[in-house]
Amino acid sequence: MTMATVNDTLAAARGNRRKLGRDLAGLSVILALAVVGYLLFPDNLALLTRMTAIALLVLSLDLVTGYCGVATLGHAALFGTGAYAAGIAAVHFGITDPLLMLACGIFGGIVAGLLCGMVILRAHGLPQLVLSIALIHLFHEFSNKASSWTGGSDGLAGIAPDPLIGLFAFDLWGRTAYVFGIVLLAVVFTLLRLVVRSPFGMLCRGIKEDPIRIRAMGASPKVTLVKMYMISGAVAGAGGALNAISTQVVGLDSLSFTLSAESLVMLVLGGTGSLFGALTGTIVFMFFEDIVSAANPFHWLTMVGALLIAVVLFAPKGLYGTIAAAAIRWREARR
Amino acid sequence: MQTVFSIAVDALAYGMVLFVISIGLSVTMGLMRVVNLAHGAFAMIGGYIASYAARDMGLGYGFALMIAVFGTILIAIPIERLLYRRIYGAPELTQVLMTIGITFCIIGIANYVFGPTLKTIPLPSGLRGSVDLGFRSIATHRLFAILCGLAVAAALWYAIEKTAFGVKLRAAVDNAAMAAALGVRTEIVYAVSFAVAVGLAALGGVVGAELLPVEPYYALRYMVTFLVVVSVGGAGSIPGALVACLLLGGIDTAGRYLVPEFGEFFFYLAVIAIVCVFPRGLAGRTR
Repeated sequence: MTMATVNDTLAAARGNRRKLGRDLAGLSVILALAVVGYLLFPDNLALLTRMTAIALLVLSLDLVTGYCGVATLGHAALFGTGAYAAGIAAVHFGITDPLLMLACGIFGGIVAGLLCGMVILRAHGLPQLVLSIALIHLFHEFSNKASSWTGGSDGLAGIAPDPLIGLFAFDLWGRTAYVFGIVLLAVVFTLLRLVVRSPFGMLCRGIKEDPIRIRAMGASPKVTLVKMYMISGAVAGAGGALNAISTQVVGLDSLSFTLSAESLVMLVLGGTGSLFGALTGTIVFMFFEDIVSAANPFHWLTMVGALLIAVVLFAPKGLYGTIAAAAIRWREARR
Repeated sequence: MQTVFSIAVDALAYGMVLFVISIGLSVTMGLMRVVNLAHGAFAMIGGYIASYAARDMGLGYGFALMIAVFGTILIAIPIERLLYRRIYGAPELTQVLMTIGITFCIIGIANYVFGPTLKTIPLPSGLRGSVDLGFRSIATHRLFAILCGLAVAAALWYAIEKTAFGVKLRAAVDNAAMAAALGVRTEIVYAVSFAVAVGLAALGGVVGAELLPVEPYYALRYMVTFLVVVSVGGAGSIPGALVACLLLGGIDTAGRYLVPEFGEFFFYLAVIAIVCVFPRGLAGRTR
């Protein structure tokens, strides 16, 4: 008995250490990739910064789709609300400190997450999907109409963020924005690793597997999922704010159905239910998009469609999931 | 009064077109439990084929309509065999992704083959004018769309309620495994209803081309509307779909006439309200 407990404790400690090791490995891979990207594409930092912002959106989508099993085609609502919150704070209220703008974006994202979560979680299956699509269109129409605040279809221009902590101005080459984005991504990634592994994260996974059983155990699936939606909103809002700060303009496309669908494609391409998968999918998809749509914009949509079908048929776990599964199999075969 | 009447006629015509296109989606969704986002793409293919046949080859409207329906079914058969077969019974997310992928592919190919411009289907002279109802005159084409919708509803009602195939279909919708155990060849039921669904989508795409113009992004633009109809009506229910189409057609048309500056704002607001109040649809069964 005692032996077993001691062994368990040891195993748990070892498991924790391994997880911590994976966190550090993941973090260092992000930072290494960021440095490589900076060195390889010094003229294209805007693309890399946009990639970072979208990565935050995909991470946030992974929280609700991958970890909670909520199928949504309207997640850009949270991202766009964050972007507009940061932009409106800067243009209409003169809050031009980037960190304060980020806070506004996160707050906007949380509010949008609460709203979307309350609506979307009322239904399951097809009605849930329809609700999410209707919501993103509603947000889109609303921001189009409230043009005195959002600039309507012209976009919200004239966002001029102050230098970061008073020292680093946002330059023409986007270096400050890039470093700001990478630091933001690293911090968010670390926090999300903790959230996902916490008892709360485990509860979410349990709800994905069997909500009735979770209710029988005494937890409320609805409240838990709404909380997760708010966390997800905070992450997406941070991404939106980063986009607003780095491009200094917020367009209606940040609240579009297309962006929602694309973020879902990125997530599935990388692999749902894993933060690494979300990042992998974003990087691969956005590089692919940059290359193909520069070569021939007409075939871009066909390529995305074919890519999706191929992933569903041949790699249902996504790129990262397939590689990770192969690695586990290889390790066990060696043992 | 004038406004009310024209809203009513437009709403009825629009609702009927919606019905013709989405009833196939509703039946297949109730039957095969596939969230088929590519349904609008089949309606779009029908519209393109009819436009090509009528405008570029100079065939008659009725003939173009037939070619569109059967051509779309022919195109859909290999897609069903190769792609849809693999996602029956798969999780929703997989189905959504697969069918969105198919939609994107079809849009891209249509864009490449037919170009990004709007395609028209020339109407025959018999449908071009307007009909005098004594107190008011309405466009013949609207009347034609309404009659088409009614004919489809009646034919479907008869096929499902009164024929042997309808019995098998209803059995398969209720419990596919039990129906198969009792000797119903469910795969044939599936194949036939998929073909009928696609054919109806093409028919609706052609008949409704005046109201829902055919262009490459058709599939994406109206995908939401068709899904909303099915979800509001309840999957697999013909009366539910009919009521949902008329209701949503009415809301959308009234919104466009009365508050055009808000676009589809009220339409989506109504959708959210209806889905929240009836999460299983207006005629959805509790499962």
